[in-house]
Amino acid sequence: MNILLSTCSQGLLYSILALGVYITFRILNFADMTAEGSLTLGGSICAVMLVNGIDPILSTVASGLLGSLAGLITAFLHTKLKIQDILAGILTMISLYSINIRIMGQSNISLLGRSTIFSKNLSFVIGAIICLILLLLLNLFFKTQIGLAIRATGDNEQMMKALGANTDIKKTLALMISNFMCAMSGALISQFQGYSDINLGTGSIVIALASIVIGEAILNGAFIMKLISVILGSVLYRFIIVLVLSLGLNPSDLKLFTSIVAAILLSLPNTKKFIMRRSKNAKN
Amino acid sequence: MLRIENLCKTFHKGKTDEKKIFDNLNFSINNGEFVIILGGNGAGKSTLMNLISGSLIPDDGKIFLDDRDITNLPEYKRAKFIGRVFQDPLKGTSPNLTIEENLSLAMLRNKKRTLSFGINNENKEFFRKKLSELNLGLEDRLSAKMGLLSGGQRQAVTLLMATIVKPKILLLDEHTAALDPKSQDKILNLTKEIVSDDSMITIMITHNMSHIERFSSRVIKLENGKVEV
Ligand SMILES: Nc1ncnc2c1ncn2[C@@H]1O[C@H](COP(=O)(O)OP(=O)(O)OP(=O)(O)O)[C@@H](O)[C@H]1O
Ligand SMILES: [Mg+2]
Repeated sequence: MNILLSTCSQGLLYSILALGVYITFRILNFADMTAEGSLTLGGSICAVMLVNGIDPILSTVASGLLGSLAGLITAFLHTKLKIQDILAGILTMISLYSINIRIMGQSNISLLGRSTIFSKNLSFVIGAIICLILLLLLNLFFKTQIGLAIRATGDNEQMMKALGANTDIKKTLALMISNFMCAMSGALISQFQGYSDINLGTGSIVIALASIVIGEAILNGAFIMKLISVILGSVLYRFIIVLVLSLGLNPSDLKLFTSIVAAILLSLPNTKKFIMRRSKNAKN
Repeated sequence: MLRIENLCKTFHKGKTDEKKIFDNLNFSINNGEFVIILGGNGAGKSTLMNLISGSLIPDDGKIFLDDRDITNLPEYKRAKFIGRVFQDPLKGTSPNLTIEENLSLAMLRNKKRTLSFGINNENKEFFRKKLSELNLGLEDRLSAKMGLLSGGQRQAVTLLMATIVKPKILLLDEHTAALDPKSQDKILNLTKEIVSDDSMITIMITHNMSHIERFSSRVIKLENGKVEV
């Protein structure tokens, strides 16, 4: 397959994960680590369903729905048991490791010769269509009364409470949608690469965050632009990876490389603020 | 009528830094009344508002609104009939949403939020009309991000949001304190307009004695956890 197209496809499929992470980290202001577990969960469930001859589209959607259950559990830990956001997510993520092995019965499943959503070899087109549909749905949803309430909860929870909103329910909804996306992304990635693996999710949040910040660096503006920037960032990230690998970077150093890029980009707005403050002080 | 009965609140109870704020506080406010709360720094004025709004739950005592016991009603449920403006202009609005999106959330204070669009032509027109009453030129900036507005502008919008669906109780916690004199004057005039034609209960905290005359209102003075008479 053409390397250009396959890189694009990979970027598109991972962008669904990045959109999910964007919903929690950026919109809801909730550092949700469940995403890594949900990504693998989606891959595991989808692989098992496909091996049992279930329709690929159905399997993909079902994977997403089970992912939203993972989000629901994290939401429960956080809103009802009052566990801090990051810890609640880690607890679910760690539990999912065991659950995923139980689902698959082993640590990986090959999908060689199985019919998948990409069987017709149009992976780029299919990936693009799915991304487009999700992009439009998310954009519409976040303009509804409930969607706006979720965005405002992330922005200023105190205000939303004072405006009569049960912010726990808003958080729960956002976590479920986010993890739906993460698991669906996992289901698609497994089908694309032809196997599901227990380690699919490891480090994936950093990949998603790197994609988000790359996107933010190149595009900004209205809400839909932000969503588009996440997708662009994810595709661009894949090309950067292809580039540095072809320049001789050791594949096992990729995670280190990604973290450094993410750290630099994440610090950028702070750097800007810092420099501005410094120059202001210098003037006074 | 809002009735506060034997309200008690102590922070850090049983610890060395125990701080008794209210010890059997009692007062009531009639519908349509405008009351100013006075008291030195740390007297518990903001705490009183937090207790009325439900951000804090009292250790003891009861709060009644029109004879309904609301002492243990969660904050978001009370918010259906309580409007609030905070001292900090940043607290009352959502900076990453637009002006119209903020207003649309405030419109739903006592309704169920649904999957219909937050903004439509009908409520847009209504927001434009309401914003033009503020005389700040905001009616032409409906889709500007809230975070871009000045403190005074944000506080004006917050006041509008707190009252766009008429609440039974309006809580104003030094809502002009962070503003320059001109904006202060503007917000106070707006406050006066908004509360004048209503049967709602308004409780305003201030350190500025001239406000008492301006609103010709009753004063409740807090001292040592009690109402000073
Ligand atoms: N959540 C809290 N936990 C612990 N102590 C608190 C809390 N809220 C307020 N306090 C303390 O209670 C006291 C009263 O605070 P409060 O904010 O009600 O005062 P205030 O009358 O509004 O004062 P100011 O005029 O400075 O706004 C203060 O000593 C404060 O430190
Ligand atoms: Mg105060």
